[in-house]
Amino acid sequence: METAATPKKTKKAKQTPFDYSKYIRGGKLPHIWCPGCGHGIVLKSLLRAIDTTGRSNNDFALVSGIGCSSRTPGYVDFNTLHTLHGRALAYATGLKMAKPNLKVIVTTGDGDALAIGGNHFIHTCRRNIDMVIMVYNNYIYGMTSGQFSPTTAQGMIATTSRYGNIESPFDVCKMAEASGATFVARGTAYHYGELEKILYEAIMHKGTAVIDIIDSCPTYYGRFNKFKTPSEMMEKIEKEGTIPLKQAAGLPPEKLQGKLIRGIIYKKERPEYTSEYAKLVEKAGGKSK
Amino acid sequence: MAEKKKKFMQGNEACSEGAIYAGCRFYAGYPITPSTEIAETLSVRLPKFGGVFMQMEDEIASICAIVGASLGGAKSLTATSGPGFSLMQEGIGFACITEVPCVIVNVMRSGPSTGFPTGPSQSDVMQAKWGTHGDHPAIALTPASVQEIMYETIRAFNLSELYRTPVIILYDEIIGHMREAIALPEPDEIEVVERKKPSCKPEEYKPYASNNGDIAPLAVYGEGYRFHVTGLYHAEDGFPTNNTKLIGEANERIVNKVNKNIDKICINEEFYLDDAEIGVVAYGVSSKSAKFAVKEMRKKGIKAGLLRPKTIWPFPYKAVNKLAKQVKAILVPEMNLGQVYYEVERASRGQCEVKGIFKVDTEAIHPKKIMEEIEKFT
Ligand SMILES: Cc1ncc(C[n+]2csc(CCOP(=O)(O)OP(=O)(O)O)c2C)c(N)n1
Ligand code: SF4
Repeated sequence: METAATPKKTKKAKQTPFDYSKYIRGGKLPHIWCPGCGHGIVLKSLLRAIDTTGRSNNDFALVSGIGCSSRTPGYVDFNTLHTLHGRALAYATGLKMAKPNLKVIVTTGDGDALAIGGNHFIHTCRRNIDMVIMVYNNYIYGMTSGQFSPTTAQGMIATTSRYGNIESPFDVCKMAEASGATFVARGTAYHYGELEKILYEAIMHKGTAVIDIIDSCPTYYGRFNKFKTPSEMMEKIEKEGTIPLKQAAGLPPEKLQGKLIRGIIYKKERPEYTSEYAKLVEKAGGKSK
Repeated sequence: MAEKKKKFMQGNEACSEGAIYAGCRFYAGYPITPSTEIAETLSVRLPKFGGVFMQMEDEIASICAIVGASLGGAKSLTATSGPGFSLMQEGIGFACITEVPCVIVNVMRSGPSTGFPTGPSQSDVMQAKWGTHGDHPAIALTPASVQEIMYETIRAFNLSELYRTPVIILYDEIIGHMREAIALPEPDEIEVVERKKPSCKPEEYKPYASNNGDIAPLAVYGEGYRFHVTGLYHAEDGFPTNNTKLIGEANERIVNKVNKNIDKICINEEFYLDDAEIGVVAYGVSSKSAKFAVKEMRKKGIKAGLLRPKTIWPFPYKAVNKLAKQVKAILVPEMNLGQVYYEVERASRGQCEVKGIFKVDTEAIHPKKIMEEIEKFT
């Protein structure tokens, strides 16, 4: 396994003046997200990462499934596609193949990407098609009012696990790596500056890039599991519950108990699908786009 | 026509060739008998045209991928059979409400479930109309020969682009696997409809403008028109709305854009209908037996005639109603337990007797059976 270090330590609360109006669609706010929801913070990091690439809005397509997180594309001024629950990656794949020069970014939830969309998730990673998959991982189905999801930890409360969840959660990063993704990272809404850098790297990567973004749903997950405020929840889960890759490297396993590793966890060069397809066309005697 | 270059091919191959002629440059599918030859043929043919063939992880991914590709400007196709067609239904509804052109082939086989997978049937006619939830437009074509599969595939792409809606091609295992010598159309011989693109400034573009009943042009992603597409009800600008008036209007508009054009979309073959006293309404493979039966009846001096819809949805109510006025009885042979039969009954409005000839044992309906039924009305 090849690993890459966590992006350079970000200055805490790096707040350069930033003009969001270039990316937020006029008249489409307010958004549907609850006060305290982490989704908006993730969007902020994404827009700043996109800005750093210096590319035109025309060059990006944002594709999503269904869920609170999947509402992201509607607010931003790119080529945007809000599809069916679980199917964003399939739509994104078709679009990418028809327009290989578009940078396709998928915004999806833990339920959207890993439950109903789990099959598309593993196969998209396997193809290593050039695409950024941002999993807004809030451990719950927010949109449908708080049922447990494939990432909900054992013992946690949701509307469909009132006695405590008995299922084992997926590790999004392990799953992505095992399925063939060539860029695997974890960030959090709390560490928004670091997330911005990770997202920038993900966008620049050629291949399937998966980012497990630890995010919060105070309205359901927070309330059911007795977090007093959205900020307390972020601190407990996202700050105290995670550790940067570099820091983790030197620690014994006991010290890592209950902590998720942040940073670019895995990166590898492997033939990318659209490039391989272009070669296939040549082999068949056709003309590539 | 007779001097034309002819090629011996299978129905499924003819479908693939028709798709390429129509400009299809993206195929996504999942193998299933009896449609697999379409995928196999296109996996070889499409790359030669710079087109994309993708074998997806399932049929759900396939229908979604073709809609994604279509938004990227590629004319797109998927092909399947009963079980896969059921899996695609949610995605077909998405294409209806977002008004994204695409073509879906369903080579019908016996069902429900795995049924008898190599056995033909005509039992997905209603699924083609009502398979996805919500009120939605439906266009479905029912070719009856290998040659016609090719022509109707071209027409399916044309209709899909013209009306910005998914179009379904329904035929059965028999025609799908049948081999016939067919004429390949010359380039430019058959009209190919290209997608209307917007000419306005990007900031003025409204992908769902009703334009006094005309269908709005569809921009291609990545070409400067940064628009939004969603399966939520949306206003003319494509963004979600909860305005009940707009929701109602949008739903009616997507259904009416097809209903208003029934006369242009419906094409029927009429065979000995002028003086017919007994009518047969048949489509697809059953119409082959029906045609044979009508010819035999005519030899005996019995005035039978055939109305063969090439478009099954929207249903040719007017043509059937007219026939019902003229004849004593209409027979409806189909390889199911009564689907189009009820539409014929509805269209006939009690003006004549309507009788179904149904068969679901995976064997075609024999012309003799149709002849016997015709003779009962003489
Ligand atoms: C086929 C289908 N099944 C179920 C639903 C209902 N549904 C909508 S969103 C959702 C879960 C969303 O959860 P997640 O993807 O984690 O996103 P979040 O809302 O938490 O951001 C479900 C089950 C649906 N829209 N479509
Ligand atoms: S329900 Fe949860 S995930 Fe959805 S917007 Fe509210 S806080 Fe965010």
